[in-house]
Amino acid sequence: MDSKTAILYLENVNVSFDGFQALNDLSLSIRPGEMRAIIGPNGAGKTTMMDVITGKTRPDSGRVLFNDVHNLARMDETDIATLGIGRKFQKPTEFENHTVNDNILLALSAGRGVWQTLFAETSARENERIDEVLHIIRLDAVRHNASANLSHGQKQWLEIGMLLAQDPKLLLVDEPVAGMTDSETSETARLLREIAEHHSVVVVEHDMDFVRDLDVEVTVLHEGAAIAEGSLDYVSKSERVIEVYLGR
Amino acid sequence: MIGRLIRGGFDRTSWIFLTVLFGVTLGVAILNLGPEPGSTMHLSTFVVSVLGKYLTYALLAISVDLVWGYCGVLSLGHGAFFALGGYAMGMHLMREIGPRGVYGNPILPDFMVFLDWQELPWFWLGFDMFWFAALMVIVVPGVLAFIFGWFAFRSRVTGVYLSIITQALTYALMLAFFRNDMGFGGNNGLTDFKDILGFSLQSDATRVGLLIASAVALAIGFMISKAVTASKLGKVLIAVRDAEHRTRFLGYRAENYKLMIWTLSACIAGVAGALYVPQVGIINPSEFAPANSIEIVIWVAIGGRGTLAGAALGAVLVNFGKTIFTGLFPEFWLFMLGGMFVLVTLFLPKGIIGFFVNLKEKWRASRPPQSMPQEGD
Repeated sequence: MDSKTAILYLENVNVSFDGFQALNDLSLSIRPGEMRAIIGPNGAGKTTMMDVITGKTRPDSGRVLFNDVHNLARMDETDIATLGIGRKFQKPTEFENHTVNDNILLALSAGRGVWQTLFAETSARENERIDEVLHIIRLDAVRHNASANLSHGQKQWLEIGMLLAQDPKLLLVDEPVAGMTDSETSETARLLREIAEHHSVVVVEHDMDFVRDLDVEVTVLHEGAAIAEGSLDYVSKSERVIEVYLGR
Repeated sequence: MIGRLIRGGFDRTSWIFLTVLFGVTLGVAILNLGPEPGSTMHLSTFVVSVLGKYLTYALLAISVDLVWGYCGVLSLGHGAFFALGGYAMGMHLMREIGPRGVYGNPILPDFMVFLDWQELPWFWLGFDMFWFAALMVIVVPGVLAFIFGWFAFRSRVTGVYLSIITQALTYALMLAFFRNDMGFGGNNGLTDFKDILGFSLQSDATRVGLLIASAVALAIGFMISKAVTASKLGKVLIAVRDAEHRTRFLGYRAENYKLMIWTLSACIAGVAGALYVPQVGIINPSEFAPANSIEIVIWVAIGGRGTLAGAALGAVLVNFGKTIFTGLFPEFWLFMLGGMFVLVTLFLPKGIIGFFVNLKEKWRASRPPQSMPQEGD
């Protein structure tokens, strides 16, 4: 696949920190509307890849294209978010002192300028949209609670809800089920599949059962490069992947 | 649009705050002007001036609470903006002295005659007009804050590093204003003021007028801060305070939000300084002293960070304590201030206001709920 047909296209991306090669000629492309799972052992470069895509880390070399025209390697977090790339972090980082409702309100796609927010009034349509999102993530009942008081699983869902409210074209989801119970995990898989119907999604995850549950194409990362791509069954037969996961 | 913004800031605390503020102010004003001096009901002009000074401190505390309490920017240099507003007002009051100075020069202030200067430096031009000085009271701190904030926030200087450069800012200004050739009166500063807008600064009525002006300025500053923090912008500010990274990934330019609130805060601090100077009768470079700026932060912490009304309350209470105790045991005041700060940090992390809010919540929780509380959007 070339860059023209991809919503996200990484080509020979290199990142090193003090001599440590975090990403090593990484190439990857995501089709519009696709959900892709990224797996790999610790230190494979998964989070660094997310950082590069969202502008937190500048790559040393390589191209990162969004919709074939925007070079993400030259933009900062805010510009990239405005383009339509949303990110959920590994650790929930919702706004603890705000209510669940306000967290979603802040994420809703609306004017992000200082004067726009100063004079902003929450419209009926925005309130409807908040209701809708809260319903999807099943947090209607706690909407007026401070988000600091949510359970860990609920915080993860709130984060996903904030992504939904932001309505980005591409969602990057980092370890959505870390620390979740089994029932929460399968609920999250359902949520993500629902979201993937209308969005392109990249999920980074350790939990193999969860990835199997998602039932999507998988890319295996190792030492900063993609070493296999295909269905989970296909990549788990790859000798290189077995070697990486089981140790040599 | 503006009307809705202001209405959004009116809640129960606002009413309590404004009622207490104007109740006390008018009470003091009437007891000073009404009863004959010597009668038991009479309040001395000293009380009027001291209260007026406290109110300007309260406004200063609110400006610090705006940036620190709501946006997490710990400024240890807000005294600089306060002093700049004070100097702008002081320059006007100097020009208003006219030929009544010791040397009787109709244009040049005494200290310039003393330094043998022949003409007024360019930056003193225009300060003979009150409206111009009043404008500079807001513009000078605002522009300085904007330029400082532009560089600091854009290069993402945060936390303790930002606090340190704000200290450096106020310290540098202090050293500059100490120099005689800066043209601001050197270490003596500006003083010997005669009148303001034609009213003698020695008269009780002018003193009361200044007290009421301070109360009005405090009320306006409080309402502006209330309206801003109650708006969606206020929610973004709190989001920046709690998780700056996350707001950036949501598409908000955190640095613009910080810059806006920082500049607004500096303008408010400038107004506080301008009202302070005619009431204490002097402005000199020691107002820029780094310790002053740290003290403001202590007022806010003691009153309750992030509550606005708490910041104002903290400023008034701490300074009331200062007036009393520096009279009784001057050498112990700093120990008491430090002790209070430590105690409040340990036992009242949300300050005095937070303590009462907690009490109220406990009291509510101890009563059986009559009906499910419903909160409207």
